Amino acid sequence: MSATAARPSDVLPGLGRKIGSLRRERRWALVTAYISLIIAAIFMLGPPLYMLLTSLKTSAEIADLSRSPWSISEITFSNYAQILGDPMFRGFFYNSIIVTVLVVAITMVISVLAAFALARMRFFGSQVLATGVFLTYLVPDTLLFIPLYQIVGGLGLLNSIWGLVLVYPTLTVPFCTWIMIGYFASIPKELDEAALIDGANWMQMLTKIFIPVALPGIIAATIFAFTVSWAAFVYPTAFITQPDSMPLTIGVVSQLIRGDTFAWGQLMAGALLAALPPVIVYAFLMDYYIAGLTAGATKG
Amino acid sequence: MAQVTLRRIVKEYEGGVQAVKGIDLDIADHEFVVLVGPSGCGKSTTLRMIAGLEEISAGDIAIGGALVNDIPPRDRDIAMVFQNYALYPHMTVYDNMAFGLMLRKFPKAEIDRRVKEAARILDIGMLLDRKPKALSGGQRQRVAMGRAIVRDPKVFLFAEPLSNLDAKLRVQMRTEIKKVHQTVKTTTIYVTHDQVEAMTLADRVVVMNHGVIEQVGPPQELYHNPATKFVAGFIGSPAMNFIPCRLEQSGSALQVQLPGGAALPVPQDRTARYQAHLGRELLFGIRPEHLTEVRPNDHRENMAVLEAVPEVVEPMGMETLAHFWIEGAEICARLDPATPAAPGRKLPLAADMAKMHLIDPKTNKVL
Repeated sequence: MSATAARPSDVLPGLGRKIGSLRRERRWALVTAYISLIIAAIFMLGPPLYMLLTSLKTSAEIADLSRSPWSISEITFSNYAQILGDPMFRGFFYNSIIVTVLVVAITMVISVLAAFALARMRFFGSQVLATGVFLTYLVPDTLLFIPLYQIVGGLGLLNSIWGLVLVYPTLTVPFCTWIMIGYFASIPKELDEAALIDGANWMQMLTKIFIPVALPGIIAATIFAFTVSWAAFVYPTAFITQPDSMPLTIGVVSQLIRGDTFAWGQLMAGALLAALPPVIVYAFLMDYYIAGLTAGATKG
Repeated sequence: MAQVTLRRIVKEYEGGVQAVKGIDLDIADHEFVVLVGPSGCGKSTTLRMIAGLEEISAGDIAIGGALVNDIPPRDRDIAMVFQNYALYPHMTVYDNMAFGLMLRKFPKAEIDRRVKEAARILDIGMLLDRKPKALSGGQRQRVAMGRAIVRDPKVFLFAEPLSNLDAKLRVQMRTEIKKVHQTVKTTTIYVTHDQVEAMTLADRVVVMNHGVIEQVGPPQELYHNPATKFVAGFIGSPAMNFIPCRLEQSGSALQVQLPGGAALPVPQDRTARYQAHLGRELLFGIRPEHLTEVRPNDHRENMAVLEAVPEVVEPMGMETLAHFWIEGAEICARLDPATPAAPGRKLPLAADMAKMHLIDPKTNKVL
């Protein structure tokens, strides 16, 4: 290019102004996005930060209303020590883990198989069934716990974690199946046809093609099932009254609130400890949550 | 390797719509057969029925002499290459090709030998460790072919394998497919809507339309002796010209009387063939390449001169296409690029009457 070449704005006078305005628009979009995100972050992170601060205070400091609740004069780990040193709380943790692991396992086996059948095998009533599965999810657990109490009671599973293992999948299976139907349906039909011709039977098609290709969906469903069963509150409140069968969610609340006495420091420490496993699970599984895994399967 | 036989194959969907209306076809061992036709003509459905991906409503399919009507795809010993490749996205190129053999419990060493051999034939040896998403369209299509080759099946099925590629790559892969067939010689059934692909690849072309076979034959046979108006118009590019005409007597010979006054003499050797249709309104069919400029000292046999005024002239480099209209029928002539053709300027054209066709507009059959 010669040194005397005209700048684009000299040749096309309108062009320079247009580029400038686009740049300005982009800057505004960014500023607006940042402001919204910062507000959202403050709003979301406020409660956990308040819990953390409170859990590190002594009971005396918590009770001192003359000080700002957002400041700490003396950090103490006694609340955590008390919680972790109490065998009953370790029991709550243990119960939660057992229930959650079993519920996630049961949910994923049922919903992956069900979703595969509903997404890929054309059989009489498959469409109606697929819709039906989702509709069952729309009935809230606050309505269902009364009839379910009768059923669980009838089975002699009140005050047992096995009652929870039986009941939680009614919440998790429909939704996870629904998510997985969507993921499986997005896998190109030619992929199963290629597998069929290559010699795969339905089970091999599921295990060797569908599950690996739909892994992001399976992980999303797993996270959902984990969250639901770890954080369930209504069902254990209704079905469990004895501390040795309680999961963390109701254990912390029932044991640390005595009448109108709130052990705030321990409550916050317990709640934070209870929130830790989901955080770890999310952080760990997110690494595997690679979107666009199907890129390259077909035309791309 | 094997022959494939279709007997009165019907595919009827719910609601009574027939996609394939009772077709018969015999494909010989080692043969490369191309099913071609416009979309909705039933060619893909036919291929999918041969693959076992679609149930047949009536009729019989035999592969290698054995009836396969109720045999699932995996037991038909076929391999298929899909339009959108259908590679397993989570597997490497090597695993994609080895998958079918692993499912069939082949020994590891044998799988390795076959995959490497196929990779050598297709020149994809350096891609074996890559995932499909790291490949270009042409490379993906090669892998899809590799997956078919390693299986060493009785029949290869190709479902519009080049439709997703750009024009240049399509020509390249077409040659590649032909080369592969010449190497491995497996019986091949290939579906496409592109008549050029069909002509260049096939030992025999099967032209389908509205669920029936219009004509089966070697490419040159279809080009020179189309059986129906559909085949005449479908094979060849640009398509054959059809002009309404009347067959008349001219002395001892016949002539084709075109609207607008032009009369073209019919070659003597066709007189007996056309005599029965004397006086009838017919369609005169002539390909653009048989309608050329009149050359100086042109003494070709069976030449008839037709005066035309082109409305559109398209220089293509190696040739020039001139378009004009006779009574509403668009006519295309293929000219030497040196011809001084211009829109609106009179241009005498030479029709090679030895290559003419007459079509009965009632039956759409070529007479």
